[in-house]
Amino acid sequence: MQRHFDKDIEELKDLLLRMGAMVEDSIMQSIRSLLERDTALAQEVISNDDRIDQMELEIDRRTLELIAKMQPTAVDLRFVATVMKVTPELERIADLAQDVCERVIELNREPPLKAMVAIPRLAQDAQGMVRAALDALVRRDVSLARSVITQDDSIDQQTEQSFRELLTYMLEDPRNISRAIRLTFIGKYFERMADGATNICEMVVYLVEGKMIKHAYGTAHNR
Amino acid sequence: MTTLEIMERISIDRPVPPQSEKEAKAGEAKISVRHFDFFYGSVKVLHGINLDIPDQQVTALIGPSGCGKTTFIRSINRMNDIIPEARAKGTITIDGRDIYAPGTDVVALRRRVGMVFQKSNPFPKSIFDNVAYGLRIGGLADKRSLREHVEKSLIRAALWDEVKDRLDDSALALSGGQQQRLCIARALAVDPEILLMDEPASALDPTATTKIEELIWELKANYTIVIVTHNMQQAARVSDRTAFFMLGRIVEYSDTKTIFMNPKEKMTEDYVTGRFG
Repeated sequence: MQRHFDKDIEELKDLLLRMGAMVEDSIMQSIRSLLERDTALAQEVISNDDRIDQMELEIDRRTLELIAKMQPTAVDLRFVATVMKVTPELERIADLAQDVCERVIELNREPPLKAMVAIPRLAQDAQGMVRAALDALVRRDVSLARSVITQDDSIDQQTEQSFRELLTYMLEDPRNISRAIRLTFIGKYFERMADGATNICEMVVYLVEGKMIKHAYGTAHNR
Repeated sequence: MTTLEIMERISIDRPVPPQSEKEAKAGEAKISVRHFDFFYGSVKVLHGINLDIPDQQVTALIGPSGCGKTTFIRSINRMNDIIPEARAKGTITIDGRDIYAPGTDVVALRRRVGMVFQKSNPFPKSIFDNVAYGLRIGGLADKRSLREHVEKSLIRAALWDEVKDRLDDSALALSGGQQQRLCIARALAVDPEILLMDEPASALDPTATTKIEELIWELKANYTIVIVTHNMQQAARVSDRTAFFMLGRIVEYSDTKTIFMNPKEKMTEDYVTGRFG
């Protein structure tokens, strides 16, 4: 039976996907601004963040309205809970893209550091994880979600590796320090985007299977 | 509630069994249903029901109209006996004793297993006489003792404060919500162990409904409560366990939170989310 409620759920899903697309865009452009030293593009990402914040508010408003009016249960309840958890996660990822752009603008005031070592790959991988997390959410694909979660370790390793390499630049020449620190920050931002993607994937598992798997509490809480 | 009122309420409660006995019973099944079938003439309306209803908890029965919930709840105090051609097969045991065994004292059974119906049905008598009715039939004649029992029951049913100054007024002058709580007080007066409630709040406004639900919460400390409800949110709010009935069978029986957050059966999910049809 088709319910009026289904239309509200669909609309909420569409909004979440639009927000997801905007966040993906921000990540992509932040990477481009970094690799191409494009200050104008970085500024554009920063000014676009307002739209994403507005989207978050709109989704929050609709979610609360839906709970008040429809009192969702079972899979509907899990969907609404997922939206409420995923939306701020996306907003935070967009903020991180904005942070990347702020560091890019600062970096562009100085000549480029010889190499950015592991950061470009780290950035691409983190972007890929966010995209895959959103795909998993749209398709309610638990195996994709779980495979994204397993990638998080490799991201952590890459972040560590880029930090170690940047440290050598700093030891080599103190004039590198401010740029190397900014790049360290950037590496950390991408790592945290990947963390956000992992959190989204954990909610996908909850949405589909009703199991909470974060913090490895899964087994104790799902009896 | 003031501290004094709480203390009064505690002191008039039924005597608490020795701790060890109570602990042994905690979580134990008060009512055990096994392979229970029910027929109206040749029509089978309940099919092989198996259910353990725990003591001191609220168990909700949900399901679409005609799924057998009411027939089932009425089987627990043999209320269906009065219907000609009605027939039961299988067992329902309360504290390990089969209530359908030959020689069962049905009147005594119904004293142990009280019932509250959808539509409040006070007798056309005074508030006092409504609550005292079962006690008088049970042979209690001492006026003072009657008064004490009536007061105790009305306090337990959270109605005392609203009626204590007009116990001689007609019960029919009470509001719908008050009448329903009066019926609960009447059921509690004979000191039952189990309380069956067949949609006790479906004819009441939201405020009266909230009062009944709060009352159910308080009563479960001392009684085993089984409630039939069409209101999903009510089942979610008041019950500890929920059984979903469908076409005379139990589709799923689980913790209420599981039924409403993550049911195992697709059919349950469709029903609780309103996709059914």
